[in-house]
Amino acid sequence: MIIGHFNDWIVVVLMMIGLYIVIAHGNLIKKIVGLAIFQTSVFILYISMAKVEGGSAPILAEGITQFSNPLPHVLILTAIVVGVATTALGLALVVRINEAYGSIEEEDIQHLDNQTQDETQIQATEGDQS
Amino acid sequence: MKDLFAVVMLLGIYSLLSASFFVAMDAVDVAFTEAAVGAGISTLLMLVVITMTGRSEKTTRHKPLLALLVVVFTGSMLIYGTFDMPYFGIADAPIHSHVAPRYINESMKEIGIPNIVTSVLASYRAFDTFGEVVVIFTAGIGVMALLSVSRRREDDEIETALNDSMHEQYLVIRIVTKILIPFILLYALYVQFHGDFGPGGGFQAGVIFAAAIILYTMLFGLNTARKVINQSFIQFIAAAGVLLYGSVGIVSLLNGANFFDYNVLASDPVAGQHLGILLIEWGVGCTVASVMILIFFSFAGRRDMHKHSVSNASNASNSNVKGESS
Repeated sequence: MIIGHFNDWIVVVLMMIGLYIVIAHGNLIKKIVGLAIFQTSVFILYISMAKVEGGSAPILAEGITQFSNPLPHVLILTAIVVGVATTALGLALVVRINEAYGSIEEEDIQHLDNQTQDETQIQATEGDQS
Repeated sequence: MKDLFAVVMLLGIYSLLSASFFVAMDAVDVAFTEAAVGAGISTLLMLVVITMTGRSEKTTRHKPLLALLVVVFTGSMLIYGTFDMPYFGIADAPIHSHVAPRYINESMKEIGIPNIVTSVLASYRAFDTFGEVVVIFTAGIGVMALLSVSRRREDDEIETALNDSMHEQYLVIRIVTKILIPFILLYALYVQFHGDFGPGGGFQAGVIFAAAIILYTMLFGLNTARKVINQSFIQFIAAAGVLLYGSVGIVSLLNGANFFDYNVLASDPVAGQHLGILLIEWGVGCTVASVMILIFFSFAGRRDMHKHSVSNASNASNSNVKGESS
């Protein structure tokens, strides 16, 4: 029954898509989108682990004896809301970076940083010479 | 895909799809939260940000081969790791054999509410949830610290007039929204207080409540919304929610029980549990709703300031050009 792992494989694929976006894209918004996809893959991992064959949603009612595991649901429920709060924090940082550098591309920011570093170095050597 | 608007919309659709997946996996509470948060609030925040940063991605030259290599290697290692995992959906997996049976079998006797997720969230693991609420509160403070704008009084009048004229064209949407908002707020309260019996609770209710206020802000402008709801009042509510949650724990401590042990809050243990869960869900709802509203207000305020400085700069450059030509 090798197909029994298919939920884990989907999680791995989604997680790697997220990781690839975070590594390979220079745009900071896309990096945050990649993190969001990564995050959702972890949610899916937990929720699919909680599922029991033939079980029902964990709300007690007459005539239902088998329930899915409620504990991962609790963990992920709070993780989603915390996730949006931290995403908002990341987006706030992106806004501030855009104001400081005028760009949200990693390459441009690196370029501008190197430029200012070179300039300060040149100024320092000029000061020594004079 | 170079258009960030399309990327953000696709992320919203993906969130909605994963919410329906969670319903299929019996996690109704989680699906509720994901639909409200992932497809609603986080998509909206990203849209606000791309209005500030520009909606197209720059083409880059660097080769993604190395990244692809790392990802494929990590992925194959993880797939190799999954072979030790229990199969999907079997009932005797290790995860179902520790505390879960106790929650399922005993929670009706000990807590007395049908929704097991709520009783675990608000009673058995209330300390964890307290930590989560504090994290949300801290993130809200962080966003405000990063994006707070010192408001300029003299510009407010002009801006309000500008907003009013700008929003005249969305007359149909404005009227429909005005009709819908009371129902959304009422639904949020229903979700808040019905969380013991069906899917719902403080987290979902807070997000839905915030969504109604954000809808109003989007259509009537930030300044109008700030007149309706005082920002410092929301800040106070955000802190009061966390305080209410924590003080329920302190009260149970003072009554001689453990932190967040609600059995001592009333003469009957089950009644005490009901009271405790009601209070802390209320605290969670207040904090989540006000933090979400505050985050949106911070982003929208920053955006207004951005637009303002851009228009000021263009005015200044125009006057410069005039000065030179004369």
